Amino acid sequence: MKILEAMEKFDPIIGLETHVELSTNSKMFCGCSTEFGAEPNTQVCPTCLGLPGSLPVPNKTAIESTFRIGLALNCQITEFSRFSRKNYFYPDMPKDFQTSQYDEPFCVNGYLDVLVPTDEGDKTFRVEIERVHLEEDTGKLTHSGGVTGRIHGADYSLVDYNRAGIALVEIVTKPVLGTGKYAGIVARAYVTELRDLLRSLAVSDVRMEEGSLRCDVNLSLHPKGASEWGKRTETKNVNSLRSVEKAVNSEIERQADVLTEGGKVTQETRHFHEDSGTSSSGRSKEEAEDYRYFPEPDLVPVIATSAWVNELKTDLPQAPSVERKRLAQEWGFSDEEMRDVVSMGATDLIAQTVAAGATAQAARKWWLGELARKATEAEKDLSSLGIEPKHISELEQLVVEGKLTDKLARQVLDGLINKEGTPSEIVQKRNLVVMSDDSSLLPAIRAAIEANPEVVAKVKTGKLQALGPILGAVMKETQGKADAGKVRSLVLKELAVEG
Amino acid sequence: MSKITPEALKHLAKLARLELTEAELAMYATQLEIILDSVDKIREVAAGDVKPMSHAVGLTNVFREDVIRPSLDRAEVLSQAPATEANRFRVPRILNED
Repeated sequence: MKILEAMEKFDPIIGLETHVELSTNSKMFCGCSTEFGAEPNTQVCPTCLGLPGSLPVPNKTAIESTFRIGLALNCQITEFSRFSRKNYFYPDMPKDFQTSQYDEPFCVNGYLDVLVPTDEGDKTFRVEIERVHLEEDTGKLTHSGGVTGRIHGADYSLVDYNRAGIALVEIVTKPVLGTGKYAGIVARAYVTELRDLLRSLAVSDVRMEEGSLRCDVNLSLHPKGASEWGKRTETKNVNSLRSVEKAVNSEIERQADVLTEGGKVTQETRHFHEDSGTSSSGRSKEEAEDYRYFPEPDLVPVIATSAWVNELKTDLPQAPSVERKRLAQEWGFSDEEMRDVVSMGATDLIAQTVAAGATAQAARKWWLGELARKATEAEKDLSSLGIEPKHISELEQLVVEGKLTDKLARQVLDGLINKEGTPSEIVQKRNLVVMSDDSSLLPAIRAAIEANPEVVAKVKTGKLQALGPILGAVMKETQGKADAGKVRSLVLKELAVEG
Repeated sequence: MSKITPEALKHLAKLARLELTEAELAMYATQLEIILDSVDKIREVAAGDVKPMSHAVGLTNVFREDVIRPSLDRAEVLSQAPATEANRFRVPRILNED
């Protein structure tokens, strides 16, 4: 069932759990480095390996980062909180428990407002925050044997504990009601806004493609007007902004089908597949999880004194929404232009491109034009294209200097996506040099004139706007490398017509 | 007097990955009841003005600065593992299904 049809019958309730890896230098409870991409099991020590006799000591910066996230999300900071052990047997944690927080999270009861375009114009949705707590990340499993590296059917698994023990903040929303057909857009806008907020706080790299920002989507449907909520599913593995929206919409459609056919939604964990945009059933949650949480005896309580919290509060950066207003003004963008920039997650990309020397309008043109198209084609977020803003600035400069035509510039973009080097290097390697000297252009121009006698006749009567087919033929012949202005003046000269 | 049902104990044993015989279940049920009863005695004594205690020491806010310290040598780490492959710990099949 399509989403609009489903929304005529049902109301959705969404909930989002977001995990954020903090960008501290060292892990949460030990001094091991957190650097991404290191050789497996080179950033481990007795504490994060859970060896007997080792004792954890909390990273103060990680705790302060969590408080700052809570403050930025308008939360109350809990005065007295503790870490808890979440007990489970799974090889991603060598201790057989994860140090987390249970009934005393660091921050509670906040909210984040997001702006979403609706049929009735832009509308603000308030997403309420249930809690923000601090825990540690788990190790990374690679499954061997079986099909396609999935855990199902695997013969055995390999574990790299470099990630185990990295400070991880979990941000949980309250159930979000009343989003209707905008559920997916609201969910995406929330994660986008949260990402911008976390980046402005400089607490995390927030790179979804590297897993430093990960999202689980909870969703249930109930018949319109019903007071009782439906059974919910939790979709894990949603690792890009566009997937957040897709995961919500595809789950709405799936549940609507199940309910319409008289079936029941099973309360379960589902796994999202980035490639197909659909999810598959994971383990059922009927057997309620029983983690036997208890206060971590190896870590003493944390007291958030008002002096400490106030000090952190005065140090908070401006909210992204305020900062965006300032940027929109500085860049001369309309509200609508700025909203599109924000919803594409392009604010920082444009800021960095401008910082590298491009004009704001040029930066917006590239990121929201050609690059947005490339991202859509590749089913990726803009930031996941792997293009450096400074290269876009360099590319624009080459266009301004007349060294590249728009068409050639697009080929340079392909080169940038393929990581072939800087724009200048790609121009060299791909031989994308603008043809502007008479001798190389004239053969193509003369051939085009000869092939289009009727156009020539029109132009000779003064209808310069009829030139199109000739210019197009020259561009085609030169594979887009011809300097368009130069071609035009040469054609007119050949035809002895005044431009 | 607290009562530990055999079902509750079986569930706990399963969560803790302990395989217990019926005789062991009966023995531990009795022992656990004694432990729970002892804890209940504390509840009788504790007045409302005594906060629940989770730690034997009265310390709070013990932190470390965010400084990197050397990690262990990988060869040494992996030499302690029952099985390794490609510089990773090798663990048996996780899901018991096909």
